[in-house]
Amino acid sequence: MLDRLSFPQPWLSLILFLTWQFLSDGISGGSLVLGLVLAWGIPQLTQGFWPERPAFMKSWRMPAYLLVVLWDIVIASFSVAKLILSPRKPEPVFVCYPLQLEHPLAISILASTISLTPGTVSADISDDEKMLLIHALDARSDDEVIDAIHTRYEKPLMEMFK
Amino acid sequence: MITIALYASIAMVTLAALLNVYRLIQGPDAPDRVLALDTLYINAIALIILLGITLGTRMYLESALLIAVMGFVSTVATAKYLKRGSVIE
Amino acid sequence: MSPLAEYTISALLIIGGAFTLIGAIGLARLPDFFTRLHGPTKATTLGVGAVMLSSVVYFSSTGQGIGISEILITVFLFLTAPVSANMLAKAAMHIGVKTMDNTRGKPWDQ
Repeated sequence: MLDRLSFPQPWLSLILFLTWQFLSDGISGGSLVLGLVLAWGIPQLTQGFWPERPAFMKSWRMPAYLLVVLWDIVIASFSVAKLILSPRKPEPVFVCYPLQLEHPLAISILASTISLTPGTVSADISDDEKMLLIHALDARSDDEVIDAIHTRYEKPLMEMFK
Repeated sequence: MITIALYASIAMVTLAALLNVYRLIQGPDAPDRVLALDTLYINAIALIILLGITLGTRMYLESALLIAVMGFVSTVATAKYLKRGSVIE
Repeated sequence: MSPLAEYTISALLIIGGAFTLIGAIGLARLPDFFTRLHGPTKATTLGVGAVMLSSVVYFSSTGQGIGISEILITVFLFLTAPVSANMLAKAAMHIGVKTMDNTRGKPWDQ
């Protein structure tokens, strides 16, 4: 029984606990107890679904990466807005992006980043996890899209997961 | 000044919701309609937040949070249904 | 309320409303499904983010506490938008939605 009283995912437990405190109306005894129960119970219940942790992850590089992505979202939103309002037709293109990342977590972070930055949506991943299918709203050539994503997002992620 | 900006913002979000309804009715394929619904619930969240600012209360935020969670789950479930023909395999 | 907070709130409200509207215009007038996917999932998310930010500034300047629920909603929307866009794109590719005439490249099927 006692070995069940552990926190297999300490970070997830901490985040769950803090989120519960924010959601409940002010910190009180009840919310502390319920937060602790949730922080213990949810990781236990979902443990089977968690993928293997990456061996090396430099998580202190994450905030800088997030800031770059946030800035790009704002900038690129303006260009997509301009495109939507202008009368000319967009020139969409499907791009096959060759992945150099290997860890599934890194790939899913990259795919989410691509979808969040306006102008590109990651549509699918090949079965061997080597290619990513990207739909770009308005691009002159494939290489333009591939280069932009590689230098801006994939390189920092490769640094992070080395 | 905030009042004017607030009303302008509410007008724009409402117009956006109407355009989403147009796509929901018009949309040639099923994914178009799901996409319109997805956008519609995000606009509903924006409207709830704006209503909260107008009335000066924060009570409606809980409902906005609920709509966010439920909307995401229903979009993913519908997309999965369109792809596989069933939600839970 | 200080004038600076007032200007910030008004600007954020207008930006948020405008982006939401532009996303909806994109949804209504872009020609095929995959191009429509770009308008709402991103422009709208940014619009709602700006509206949330204005709500945070408003309630903290009127002294009703800082708005952590708003930030939670925004983070949640930003986390879920790419996932739902990806699922919808996969569903559309499975169904075989028509693409625009001048689309280069093809979605693969497997």
